[in-house]
Amino acid sequence: MQKVYTKIESIVGNVITVRASGVRNGDLAQVSTASGTGYANVIKLDHDLVSLQVFSGTQGVSTGDSVRFLSHPMMVSYSEALFGRVFDGSGRPRDNGPALDENMIEIAGPSVNPSKRIIPRRMVRTGIPMIDMFNTLVESQKLPIFSVSGEPYNQLLARIAMQAEVDLIVLGGMGLKYDDYLYFRDTLEKSGAMSHTIMFIHTASDPTVECTLVPDLALAVAERFALDGKRVLCLLTDMTNYCDAQKEMAITMDQVPSNRGYPGDLYSTLASRYEKAVDFDGAGSLTILAVTTMPGDDVTHPVPDNTGYITEGQFYLRNGHIEPFGSLSRLKQQVNAGTRDDHRSLMDAMIKLYAAYKDTVEKKSMGFVMTDWDEKLLKYGDLFERGMMDLSVNIPLEEALDRGWSILSKCFEKNETGLKSELVERYWPKEA
Amino acid sequence: MEKNKGHVVAVNGNMVDVQFEGSITKNEVAYIHTGPSRLKSEVIRIKNDTASMQVYEMTGGVAVGDEVEFTGSLLSVELGPGLLSQVYDGLQNPLDDLARQCGYFLQRGVYLNAIPDRDWDFTPLAKAGDVLTAGDTLGTVPEGAFTHQIMVPFDLEGEWKVDSIVPAGVYNVRSEIAVLVNSKGVRKSLSMVFQWPVKKAIRCYAERLMPSEPMVTKIRIIDTFLPVAKGGTYCTPGPFGAGKTVLQHLTSRNADVDIVIIAACGERAGEVVEVLKEFPELIDPRTGRSLMERTIIICNTSSMPVAAREASVYTAATLAEYYRSMGLDVLLLADSTSRWAQAMREMSGRLEEIPGEEAFPAYLESRIAEFYERAGRVRLKDGRTASVTIGGTVSPAGGNFEEPVTQATLKVVGAFHGLSRERSDARKYPAIDPLDSWSKYRGILDGEKVAKAYGILEHGNEVSQMMKVVGEEGTSLEDYIIYQKGELLDSVYLQQNSFDPVDYAVPPQRQEESFGILYDILTSEFDLADKSEARSFFSQVRQAFLDWNGIAADDDRYGDYRDSLVSIYKAKVRS
Repeated sequence: MQKVYTKIESIVGNVITVRASGVRNGDLAQVSTASGTGYANVIKLDHDLVSLQVFSGTQGVSTGDSVRFLSHPMMVSYSEALFGRVFDGSGRPRDNGPALDENMIEIAGPSVNPSKRIIPRRMVRTGIPMIDMFNTLVESQKLPIFSVSGEPYNQLLARIAMQAEVDLIVLGGMGLKYDDYLYFRDTLEKSGAMSHTIMFIHTASDPTVECTLVPDLALAVAERFALDGKRVLCLLTDMTNYCDAQKEMAITMDQVPSNRGYPGDLYSTLASRYEKAVDFDGAGSLTILAVTTMPGDDVTHPVPDNTGYITEGQFYLRNGHIEPFGSLSRLKQQVNAGTRDDHRSLMDAMIKLYAAYKDTVEKKSMGFVMTDWDEKLLKYGDLFERGMMDLSVNIPLEEALDRGWSILSKCFEKNETGLKSELVERYWPKEA
Repeated sequence: MEKNKGHVVAVNGNMVDVQFEGSITKNEVAYIHTGPSRLKSEVIRIKNDTASMQVYEMTGGVAVGDEVEFTGSLLSVELGPGLLSQVYDGLQNPLDDLARQCGYFLQRGVYLNAIPDRDWDFTPLAKAGDVLTAGDTLGTVPEGAFTHQIMVPFDLEGEWKVDSIVPAGVYNVRSEIAVLVNSKGVRKSLSMVFQWPVKKAIRCYAERLMPSEPMVTKIRIIDTFLPVAKGGTYCTPGPFGAGKTVLQHLTSRNADVDIVIIAACGERAGEVVEVLKEFPELIDPRTGRSLMERTIIICNTSSMPVAAREASVYTAATLAEYYRSMGLDVLLLADSTSRWAQAMREMSGRLEEIPGEEAFPAYLESRIAEFYERAGRVRLKDGRTASVTIGGTVSPAGGNFEEPVTQATLKVVGAFHGLSRERSDARKYPAIDPLDSWSKYRGILDGEKVAKAYGILEHGNEVSQMMKVVGEEGTSLEDYIIYQKGELLDSVYLQQNSFDPVDYAVPPQRQEESFGILYDILTSEFDLADKSEARSFFSQVRQAFLDWNGIAADDDRYGDYRDSLVSIYKAKVRS
């Protein structure tokens, strides 16, 4: 059915309504305006009134413009031809390559049957001790990078992308500054990673609706490649922009807001995206790493808060390094038993001592006399920050563990570390 | 009964308005025919000739005019042998069978039989001529380690006479095993399977009892300080990453109950997978069989449709009550009740109801209370006692307990295990805040001693707060020792390493022994010259204690480690 409707009843925000029959919820439609042809999808039906959200925004849409329903939902092309390409939030090419319309697949498809998932067990090595040693990234994991504006999160993301051992990278950019987009493109091109990268980029100047489509496009493509047996890493930045776009649309749709104006289904909306991360039983895997900026460095803001409940841990990026507190990779337990037998205990002991160091710093700043113990902690904290936390440290996991023992031995007696004596005997540096 | 029909007139998210003919029931199940699939939905509001229905599936592709078929029955689950070790979605769809039929993805509109189609070795207990009422036993079948009672369906009212019952033998689960007849001459043919509406509590017991027997979890901080009773309720609120789910997994593995039902409600699929893959490998020390054989998983993860999430906790509660009716102790773990509350909020928003606090509906509190009240220890009609214990996690926005779901939950539960961000950040697991949390139940150890130890913990905490202000040098040695004692209690007893093969589960006897020694240390006076000696003494004691904690009770060195710990602290005890 390709009937054309030429009377638009209302235009509110990015949503237009037309009177039509036989239309299905979620169907795609073509809207032809004076400035060209764009797409819209059906979001609500009420008797013969059909509400559609227009991807490119409703600016310049006239009540006399034509709407043609395509009788299928939003789709994206998927094939090896996507490698190295850049698309926008409607799936149109952003580079100079040809538009792709073969092998179309539905976006935002059904969720994976939990009984077809397997327990993730492969570590993704990054060479960053704060990740490898303290919060190991695991294949099929979904992890956000919580950050504030101004932190080098895109740089960190790019670095992880280049060093991670995966077959394919799908980058979804939402509300990116144009120079950030250029940064990603240039960095990945320079490192040669572009040949196995697909980008879906929405920049800050593009229409809002397209922003909300980027994760669906990126994840649909990523999922299909994972089904083909590829190990895919999907990078999303910045999910807060995505949520803000969702908020904007919910408000214009007169939905009752739940918390700071965000729609009540924010959790479900985010969850159905993040839950695409998967390790398929008998096929590949999909890992999601997503930047979420925290407005005002407030982790209780609805976006990071809901995200934290969905993801399997989080990295906090603050003052240019990954914070040891709060940062957590829940799946690390799946892999760090098989690395080295001191890995878990050492990691816990070092964090506990670093927490004690933070207390001491606080005491010191209040002008208290430092005891012997405090002095030891101060020395430890300094060595820990320089040897482990600094983002420029790039060493394999085993070396990081040895470095950990060496730092402990420089600062403490054996029984002050809280580690089991048996481990201490084995790994404590002999010369110390 | 003539089935009612209707057609779709509006679609908004997962809510669909349907115009119907004839009469329909609120909360009745209906199917929307969209293309080749039938989408299950439930009537939640009726206005004139329009019914608003929540759809348990994604509504993409639904069009105005699509045909709707009403079933006349409320949302129900199937009860019968074969439920154990199954993995269901929120509507009791078996996920393994679904995977075999549909592959990797959850295809919508596919509903399979919940009870596996197989034969059971049936032994009749009732005989022709017996007069029975709902919940009475017709016979038994062996289900794994349990004797599964085949009962008179709970919805049969009044007295029924057994007209005929099959002799002992092997029968298919759905074949007829008995015929009952009542005084009006109504005949009922029964198989081993019957249906029960999920939102209605099963009340086939003689009376409810006080939950007085502790449910051992093998987690020290819970069993000793914050106990849970069989038939009781408890909640575990905590910010994300504080270890709610890990704690629930540990409980589901170690709790001394017969059956564990895990309702993964709107949480991560990965966590369910861990249970799915690990439990079949683990041995239940109580039965010597795989842990999976005592477990049912209701899994409606966050990416699955929201409305089914709302139903999933009721499905879980119904299965729990069913097994309780057989005289078993059941533990229901719901993770997370906040997601369930959010599902209610989403529906309420679509219905355009007047929102309450944080846009949650006004009936939030009564729904939460209703759910937790389905727990309870009961005496059955034959005199046996049985229980359903409910433990729910809460995921408060921003980790702030002053939000509607946490507050409504705290009003109705018997124990509160509040997880703190501070403790989890410092890797102090389980991150239950010992000072904020409370329990109204009796624990496994001497209450007086526990209270005294708790007092030292509180006192130690006060000293530590004070020390932040006046510094270590401004603290008296006496106070400093109290502080060290509190820290010791925390690090060797309250904290427990869930990844240590020994320490992850501490049976009651060992808790008693361990607490006995700890109590002796806490209440002893020590000869310590100054704070630095005190600190090194206590780190020595802590080290010895932790080393002992890591030694299995059947290890030859167990006694030596204990004795060495004792001699370390005894050496300094003031005579």
